[in-house]
Amino acid sequence: MSSAREEILGRIHAATRDVPESEKADDVAVTRSYRQRHEASRDELVELFAERVADYRATVHHVRRASVADVVAEVCEARGATRMVAPADLPTEWRPSDGVEVIADENLSHEQLDGIDGVITGCAVGIAETGTIVLDGGPRQGRRAISLLPDYHLCLVEADQVVGGMPEAVSVLVDGVRSAGRPVTFISGPSATSDIELDRVEGVHGPRTLEVLIVGADPRTTAS
Amino acid sequence: MSGPSPSFPESARVALANTQLRRNMGYATQTIRAKRALVVDELPDWEELRETGRAIKESVLRHLDEHLEALEQSVTRAGGQVHWARDADEANRIIAGIVSGHGATEIAKVKSITSDEIKLNEALAARGIEAIETDLAELIIQLDGDESSHFLVPAIHRNRAEIREIFLEHLDVDELSDDPRELAEAARLHLREKFLSARVGVSGANFAIAETGSVLVVESEGNGRMCTTLPPVLISLMGIEKVLPTFQDLEVFLQLLPRSSTGERMNPYTSVWTGTSEGDGPQEFHLVLLDNGRTAVLRDEIGRQTLNCIRCSACLNVCPVYSRTGGHAYNSVYPGPIGAILTPQLVGIHAAESLPYASTLCGACYEVCPVKINIPEVLVHLRGKVVRHKQAEHSGWRARLDPEAAAMAAMARVFSSRARYERAQRLARLGQAPLARRGPISHLPGGLMSGWTAMRDLKALPQRTFREWWVERDGSRADA
Ligand code: SF4
Repeated sequence: MSSAREEILGRIHAATRDVPESEKADDVAVTRSYRQRHEASRDELVELFAERVADYRATVHHVRRASVADVVAEVCEARGATRMVAPADLPTEWRPSDGVEVIADENLSHEQLDGIDGVITGCAVGIAETGTIVLDGGPRQGRRAISLLPDYHLCLVEADQVVGGMPEAVSVLVDGVRSAGRPVTFISGPSATSDIELDRVEGVHGPRTLEVLIVGADPRTTAS
Repeated sequence: MSGPSPSFPESARVALANTQLRRNMGYATQTIRAKRALVVDELPDWEELRETGRAIKESVLRHLDEHLEALEQSVTRAGGQVHWARDADEANRIIAGIVSGHGATEIAKVKSITSDEIKLNEALAARGIEAIETDLAELIIQLDGDESSHFLVPAIHRNRAEIREIFLEHLDVDELSDDPRELAEAARLHLREKFLSARVGVSGANFAIAETGSVLVVESEGNGRMCTTLPPVLISLMGIEKVLPTFQDLEVFLQLLPRSSTGERMNPYTSVWTGTSEGDGPQEFHLVLLDNGRTAVLRDEIGRQTLNCIRCSACLNVCPVYSRTGGHAYNSVYPGPIGAILTPQLVGIHAAESLPYASTLCGACYEVCPVKINIPEVLVHLRGKVVRHKQAEHSGWRARLDPEAAAMAAMARVFSSRARYERAQRLARLGQAPLARRGPISHLPGGLMSGWTAMRDLKALPQRTFREWWVERDGSRADA
């Protein structure tokens, strides 16, 4: 009896007999005439990003670099979040100035994470066109569980991490996946379901509140 | 499959009589359709994306064996294990074996149509393993012992009052209003415990990348993230056609899928993992590659494009038949236009003879399909096969002169070109005038083609086709 593997590969080979033997996978031309880049200024991209994130009913703030710690403290307080988990490498300038206890993730159990008010992370890239933040376990992001179990996710995005569309985001992410097998999570708004009569309801399982701080953005629209 | 399932016309008649179902279906399909049109219109390069999506899929299918071998290598290199399953039984055995090997009696599961296809939950239950469905809609259906009616919003046939009843009966809650927010909260609390204690997570896979070994789950609620992150062991089941060559290909499909599916620019969560990562997520990963009839679909040069399908459900929402009958009428895990072409090919034409007829051939499905599957062309091709199958069963002079067979052959030619197809529709409208004067055509005279209309069970061709209406409605855009 041949193994399932051999048999399936054999079936495929037989099923694609119309494909010339000389044709290799790479020979099949795939044209990519869709947009690869968004021609827009940094300010325009950041503006679009903020708008699109807000479309998912996430809260967005523009924050000057110097006031990050204060704004983080403010928004946590406004949510009544007093204990926030963060990856061990979260920069000091991003830690709330006062009133909030920041717990470094040193292998906290899932139960411990479940009992914490919220999480503060950075991200790998932000996508303007879709209002998406992407985490890949790189610097300032920590492992996946910390941004999943707490009910409140406060995510800091550097203005220069914002790109136009999906193709640009994929080119930022691809090296980390190829070389280190980094796990990637695309997040577009808070957890949601439309399963009950198509009413969009925030939060079934993931964080029900997503708040995004855009750091170093246009100073004219500083803070909230 | 146990016993013969009712044919499409029988079940459709039952479904059409259920007013609640019809109202919900109509509302759901209209809402999603409108949302989709908005977000698709936003992209100036939608047609280019569709074309690339189609081309990538075509190239994958032409060299599926090579891509699967590459995928196996990459997943293994990244710390995962790959299993091959010829059919449903084999896949179920493999999965149950892994679960039992860990001494687990419960798994946390994120919705996967492929797992419905192989009846995984039943197979696990028979071995003493309980599969906990963690999508809100799947939970509703599972608690109620019901079946999905739409693969995007499977409980769309249930309204909030019914869901409240189901939760009150089965969940540990005393008081509950029918506010969707409260209903979702009840499900959140109920399932949170399960996520924290589950030792094995089971998922499907929307895509897998041959180059890197990455696997993706595209979802909304966060239960996909939970199932693929929290349990120490993860098993993902995927049809062999879901493989994509390169990580870059995701930039195409992650634009096509959410917009076509939920009508969102992007769905809330998409998880991508590559084997196992130290200190982050499951430390054991199994990928089960399932054939279960797919290689038979591959063999048919016209039917092959069916395997392009990324299960977005856009074709369901635009289908005039589906939006009236709902998913149950198809008696198949894959409902709607895609079900009408996929199921008969997967299970064999003899087992699902009526499905290729569950369509008006209006072409709306083809227009919205993000990977450009020519569903009408495949439908007509399959009808031809049904007819030939019947001929083979009762070969005789009558069968050989079967006018339906001749008609189907002619239609197959018509569907291979859009211009010819539109011309034919206009002609057909003129041609049917004497018959249609008193409303729906229920039977054609003479009995020669009457079998076809009886099964088609549908109204006369509308004065404007869906396509024409759509084109007019959207101004200059030919495809919405
Ligand atoms: S056939 Fe096309 S439109 Fe229908 S579900 Fe599949 S990909 Fe979507």
